[in-house]
Amino acid sequence: MVEEGSTLLRRMEICVAEAEKRSGKNAVNMQETFTVYLIETRPMDAVAEGRNPAPDSLWRRYSEFELLRNYLIVTYPYVVVPPLPEKRAEFVWHKLSADNMDPDFVERRRVGLENFLLRVASHPVLSNDKILYYFLTEEDGWKEAVYETGFQAKADSRLRALSATFRVRNPDKRFMEMKHYSDELQSHTSQLLRARARVADRLYGVYKVHGNYGRVFSEWSAIEKEMGDGLQSAGHHMDAYAASIDDILEEEEHYADQLKEYLSYAEALRAVCRKHELNQFELEMASQDLISKKQQREELATGIVRTFSFKGMTNKLFGQEAPEQREARLKLLEELIAEGEETVKDKTIECEEHVERAWVDMQRFKEQKDKDLQEALINYAVMQISMCKKGIQVWGNAKECFLKM
Amino acid sequence: MSGQTVPADFSGHMLDLDEDEDLEVFSKNISLEDGNPMPNSPGSMVNQYRLEDDEEQQDPNTKDLFITVDKPESHVTAIETFIMYRVITKTTRGEFDSSEYEVRRRYQDFMWLRSRLEENHPTLIVHPLPEKFVMKGMMDRFNNDFIETRRRALHRFLNKISEHPILSYSECLKVFLTAEDLTAHRKQGAGFLSRMGETMKAVANSVRGLKSRPEEFTVMQEYVEDFGNKMSSVDRVAQRIAKEQREYLDELKQYGPTYTQWAGFEEELGDPLKGVASCVDRCSKETEEQVCHLSEVLIPTLHEYVLCSETLKAVMRRRDNIQAEFEAKNEALISRKADQETLQEEVDGLADRLEQANNALKGDWSYWKNSMTTDLKSAFISTAEKNVDYYEKYIAVAVGFLTCTHVCHDKFGVCVNI
Repeated sequence: MVEEGSTLLRRMEICVAEAEKRSGKNAVNMQETFTVYLIETRPMDAVAEGRNPAPDSLWRRYSEFELLRNYLIVTYPYVVVPPLPEKRAEFVWHKLSADNMDPDFVERRRVGLENFLLRVASHPVLSNDKILYYFLTEEDGWKEAVYETGFQAKADSRLRALSATFRVRNPDKRFMEMKHYSDELQSHTSQLLRARARVADRLYGVYKVHGNYGRVFSEWSAIEKEMGDGLQSAGHHMDAYAASIDDILEEEEHYADQLKEYLSYAEALRAVCRKHELNQFELEMASQDLISKKQQREELATGIVRTFSFKGMTNKLFGQEAPEQREARLKLLEELIAEGEETVKDKTIECEEHVERAWVDMQRFKEQKDKDLQEALINYAVMQISMCKKGIQVWGNAKECFLKM
Repeated sequence: MSGQTVPADFSGHMLDLDEDEDLEVFSKNISLEDGNPMPNSPGSMVNQYRLEDDEEQQDPNTKDLFITVDKPESHVTAIETFIMYRVITKTTRGEFDSSEYEVRRRYQDFMWLRSRLEENHPTLIVHPLPEKFVMKGMMDRFNNDFIETRRRALHRFLNKISEHPILSYSECLKVFLTAEDLTAHRKQGAGFLSRMGETMKAVANSVRGLKSRPEEFTVMQEYVEDFGNKMSSVDRVAQRIAKEQREYLDELKQYGPTYTQWAGFEEELGDPLKGVASCVDRCSKETEEQVCHLSEVLIPTLHEYVLCSETLKAVMRRRDNIQAEFEAKNEALISRKADQETLQEEVDGLADRLEQANNALKGDWSYWKNSMTTDLKSAFISTAEKNVDYYEKYIAVAVGFLTCTHVCHDKFGVCVNI
């Protein structure tokens, strides 16, 4: 998947091996229970050579992963940053616990966190980040290092800027299309996930209700001489049928998790497009500002008023100002214009660089998405086939029992 | 000649001249050359009911009476509207004048037939009719599903009767199948008053209590109680399953389209998404058939046997009444010194009647048990087969989808092991 450069993942084997419960005091000095995850790393060359060194390891909690991700989003605004597994259980069907401490949820989160690290560590740009490296290798002091980068301030200002509504005159069409696509992706994956959860809930009901056959056949077989044995064993198969749905639906949760990853990815994609809009807007604003300042200079220099201004009016009414004052004003304007031109130059570069890099990463993302989701869909079909095979076996056995009745 | 010798139910009907059709049969000149030894003495009638095990059901190869119930049609009169069903009979039996008949009957006519059969054969097990009244909520008598369900049940009812070694030769069945206008015949038959009289007697006797019920009938009674409960339970489970499957189907119908809609916004992913959509749609279709099958095969069969348990209880009661009557008269004989001769004759008559009733029940009991086993076994097997079929069809579509994508798998380097 990665052509150039050697990403972190090539040099280092990474996994999230375990999860554990811990107790501690939180930010408001209250006792709380939380889960920590063990990150293990080993140098790849050692593994390749067949040596089996003990891995380095450290413990991290979910909030630290969140911190890392926020840092990456702000630092690399042109990258579609891989998402974390969901903070809270969404699209829950009745049996699945919405409790963050539930062991199944924790296990699926562990897998999701590992997946996040693997994706980040194999990304051509993100994998070279130092903070990422410290996250994987330095248990203490990492948080301080992150905050020292000053990303928080950037994060806050970007958030403010993005939450304001603004109108962009000439956004890159491809980015607008991509943004529209990200909305569609988000909408459709969430509809699919919601519908799937409801189907899972109903299917669970169908299978479990068959368990009643087991009980009822058993009672009935007690009063029948000829049919008794056949009924009794058919009942056992019905119990097996009812029990089989648990594993089937647990496996399906992995499928749902794959879709959830791309639901979150849609948001990351959208963020890149929004950053473009922001860049473009700021560039347009800076350009606009520069133009108006230049116009002001022209008016001041030539005395010709092209645009209405209060100063112009007062000049007309009360007479022109003194030449010294005019000189001072002109000088200030020249400075502002020089600054403005720098700003426009910087913003233009920023905008173009972002567009160029983002486009590359969005293409990379698209290919990854198509591959991953096709694989997920295929796995889903394979799961369905496996479920059907179990069903055929159970009902075939039940039929044999009925025949013996 | 009719193979039927139904011992008329002597109690209450002995002097009832309305039972002319049975008495007619009773006095018919039956030729022994037919191969049907038609005894017309009570003693030899006992043998009639000791059915051999392998003669208990009509061999399908020798079935000579074929009945179908179909074409329900609304029939409107000034007073009421009701449904008429078409009843077609095809037969090679000699006692039928023709080999084909087509008549129209309404539910009340079926009720008439069944009550005549029960009256004439109080200790035979006559298959139940579908319920008279609609139990569930909104459905009314003219709802298509209700009519179709009832039609099937009526069809099954007549087929059960036509397969029964004794009931199928009943004169009232013949009348039901052949008479253009049944109303004339319906006016004949046990009068209301005589039925009343019998019920009163039965009540009186049951108040008295039985001296001693033979062990085998006590065992039967217990079984009948338990059977009713078990059948109700199984019926409830099956209905619950159908309900859950219907709800599952509703959700599936919402689920499939989410894939199709998404496919509209994808390029490479479009085909795989549509592929999964078609899998889900197939699942929907098959689930619908599953639900249909449950509603048309298993649930009606279970329901009929729930109703059967009531029939069985009634049969046990009637047998008990016959025994009670005999015991009452017998006591009277023992205690009273006058009228010894008349009483003796009556007691003897009742004793014979009791013996016939018991034998009839014993014989029919094993016939019924076999029939019940066959029916339920067949219904469960059919359900199991349907479920296997469901999964097989679903696998076929899923494999089809995989085969399609497998062709493109090289592009994405995806490997699939089925």
